[in-house]
Amino acid sequence: MARATTTRRKIITTVAAWSIGLLIFFPILWTILTSFKTEAQAINDPPLFFFFDWTLENYAVVQERSDYMRFLWNSVILAGGSTLLGILVAIPAAWSMAFVPSKRTKDILLWMLSTKMLPAVGVLYPISLLFVQFNLLDTHIGLIVVLMLINLPIIVWMLYTYFKEIPGEILEAARMDGATLKEEILYILTPMAIPGIASTVLLNFILAWNEAFWTLNLTAAKAAPLTAFIASYSSPEGLFFAKLSAASTMAIAPILILGWFSQKQLVRGLTFGAVK
Amino acid sequence: MATQHSRSAARLMMTPAVVLLLGWMLVPLILTLYFSFKKYLPLRGDSLERGLDWVGFENYVRFISSSSFWPSVQTTLIIVGGVLLITVVLGIFLALLLDQPFWGQGVVRILVIAPFFVMPTVSALVWKNMFMDPINGILAHLWRFFGAEPISWLSDASLQSLILIVSWQWLPFATLILLTAVQSLDSEQLEAAEMDGASPVARFGFIVLPHLSRAITIVILIQTIFLLSIFAEIFVTTGGAFGTRTLTYLIFQRVIDSQNIGLGSAGGVYAIILANIVAIFLMRIVGKNLDR
Amino acid sequence: MGQITLNQITKSFGDVQVIPPLDLRIEDGEFVVFVGPSGCGKSTLLRLIAGLEDVSSGKITIDGKEATEVPPAKRGLAMVFQSYALYPHMSVRKNIAFPLRMAGLDKAAQKEKVEAAAKVLNLTDYLDRRPGQLSGGQRQRVAIGRAIVREPAAFLFDEPLSNLDAALRVNMRLEISELHQTLKTTMIYVTHDQVEAMTMADKIVVLQAGVIEQVGSPLELYHTPRNKFVAGFIGSPKMNFFMGSFAAEFGAATIGVRPEHLTVSQDGGKWAGKVGVSEHLGSDTFLYVDMDGVDEPITVRSSGEVGFRHGDTVHLTPDPDKIHRFDNQGLRMA
Repeated sequence: MARATTTRRKIITTVAAWSIGLLIFFPILWTILTSFKTEAQAINDPPLFFFFDWTLENYAVVQERSDYMRFLWNSVILAGGSTLLGILVAIPAAWSMAFVPSKRTKDILLWMLSTKMLPAVGVLYPISLLFVQFNLLDTHIGLIVVLMLINLPIIVWMLYTYFKEIPGEILEAARMDGATLKEEILYILTPMAIPGIASTVLLNFILAWNEAFWTLNLTAAKAAPLTAFIASYSSPEGLFFAKLSAASTMAIAPILILGWFSQKQLVRGLTFGAVK
Repeated sequence: MATQHSRSAARLMMTPAVVLLLGWMLVPLILTLYFSFKKYLPLRGDSLERGLDWVGFENYVRFISSSSFWPSVQTTLIIVGGVLLITVVLGIFLALLLDQPFWGQGVVRILVIAPFFVMPTVSALVWKNMFMDPINGILAHLWRFFGAEPISWLSDASLQSLILIVSWQWLPFATLILLTAVQSLDSEQLEAAEMDGASPVARFGFIVLPHLSRAITIVILIQTIFLLSIFAEIFVTTGGAFGTRTLTYLIFQRVIDSQNIGLGSAGGVYAIILANIVAIFLMRIVGKNLDR
Repeated sequence: MGQITLNQITKSFGDVQVIPPLDLRIEDGEFVVFVGPSGCGKSTLLRLIAGLEDVSSGKITIDGKEATEVPPAKRGLAMVFQSYALYPHMSVRKNIAFPLRMAGLDKAAQKEKVEAAAKVLNLTDYLDRRPGQLSGGQRQRVAIGRAIVREPAAFLFDEPLSNLDAALRVNMRLEISELHQTLKTTMIYVTHDQVEAMTMADKIVVLQAGVIEQVGSPLELYHTPRNKFVAGFIGSPKMNFFMGSFAAEFGAATIGVRPEHLTVSQDGGKWAGKVGVSEHLGSDTFLYVDMDGVDEPITVRSSGEVGFRHGDTVHLTPDPDKIHRFDNQGLRMA
């Protein structure tokens, strides 16, 4: 919908868009600002915006008191592990469905999607039970598998839509040229699908990072990621806004940065290719 | 590309994903169904080893007839409905705004999308403390600045507060998808309508909105599925108090707090049925899209 | 060597049989063109030969060896695809070298063969570019180069020129014919364009609905089409068909006369009609003449410039030796 507009109109739009954008972003901005204040400054009335004594003290305290690095590491392991595992399982499946479709392909895709819609709370107890049975509670491997499973439908779907865009003739050409199935996937499909695979990885890393049902319910101390770390701040002791902000900033900063890179692919991933 | 060889290879390569998801779906589902027909209170000495009593549909009946059931359904509907209304309406508005040319489009886009990447526990805690705290929250400061009495948001206006928090998280999602849809609108259609004498309002009503209808439906369906199971936001703000106990949270409490597995499982089956009703509609749309 | 025999092969997709039992023999060194309207099964036939699809029944032999169950890469055939199917993430050099790499050839031999092929195809200056940076014709040449280096028993072309613009298409047509003269390797070429078929082929296979309507040299098909379908499909502009009393006069159910075998005159001819549109090409003039009792306008091809106007009454006379007669099954009558 691009067309020439008057400068006046552009100015008005700019002001409106920026105001709304900043308003929406404000809670995040405020959290970041507050993390650099002292506790007293954090609750000052009127609120202090930029003119206060910037301090890094809160970050040091948070790290010291709750061992931020360990939670961060757990988040990286869980999100990274589940995404990697998911990709490994999903690439062959997506290849099959995109390039050797059968009458059941559509049904399988939709069925996979339907497993994503199973409300977690409906199966909370059975999963906890299985976790206890197999000594998986509060372990990395247990949660990696669960996070992989809840995101697997999205990974398969995203890869499927990306693979669909690769012309089948290219894979046939590789086959004529003597490539085996393994070589075909390794040398032709994967390099061609790298952008798609990358955005799939990114989005699923984000989703796994932010997942806050299973990570809260199936971890205690050892394997708890940042979602649990932040939840531990829900019962405050004394003045804690600045520290809460520092902890929050640390929990969301890595993913905000990744998220901005993935915004273009976000739509496709979250709508299962229904909106492009 | 369909030789016997490639077809059997395809089947083989699909197997791990299918088997994993099948297990992930069936095992817990069967266990939940099983428990929902049993009396299972671990705190009162029931255990799997000693065997559980079969109680038929008693759990189902009790779950529905308990005094907390209908309020929780109502709460769920209010939260889901409220968030949907806010995010879709504001989402359309924002999508149209962000589609206009202005300076700094990329930056504003990023600002608007950012809340989606904030983990639910963080956004709930930040809103709860730094914004909605009745003494030190920003909103309290703002109210006092205008000479008003600060509101205890999460106890006196708990549902509205929760809707506000969740809407803030999901507005980026709605905006982003609707923006993508708006951008796919052929500008010649709008120009043709303009030539035909349609006013901006008429153009919105007759061209833009119908074009967006598919995207809106998808936003509504996907959000509904996620919103039906919001958990962390309630967990860290009100803990289900002050009338914010949704169906999901009620089931969670039955299973974890009161350790009534049978009752909770029956609730779980209801939740699964509810989610599936929404899911069927979503799958139809997605499925149609596959055929194209 | 590149002698290919299809023996009673069939292909079904589910319940639909797209190729009923079909026999065909392709001699070594022949340039064979499969031609037919879209959906006639010509591409499927090519893919069956390539091994990209399994035959439902029947036997394929290549150079006397049974190849029905042999995977595509082991049949010793090379294929050029409609979309060229170049690997976009590899340079031209790597694209051409890919089949050699898959065959496990050492680097030095790969380099030598790639450069030889590049020289033949005028691609030497482009070896380090990506396919995305090439023009349509250059991409086409890369796809051919990838086929050449394999030194295949036969080349398979699947509508290779359909993505090129008209001028380039004529050029590439010549290049492929030239290549065939040089290599003397069997080539099987699929197209829906009868001009390509006529100009390139040693042997044309006309297909309709999976059935071979006729096999023969271009001129055989032109002069003695076996049935109405072939008669109408081969030749441009299309053959005119007359039925009813027009045909009865010649003892046939239908007669066909090619536009170039009709003479047009102001008065004193066999059939009268009214001139509709006339197309002036300079070298030729195509007249579209409406005749009573004939549904479609009759096309007449006159060489040079002809000065008839819209609405003029003209007379048409067929060359009596060039009238094709068909019976009520549409088959050619002797």
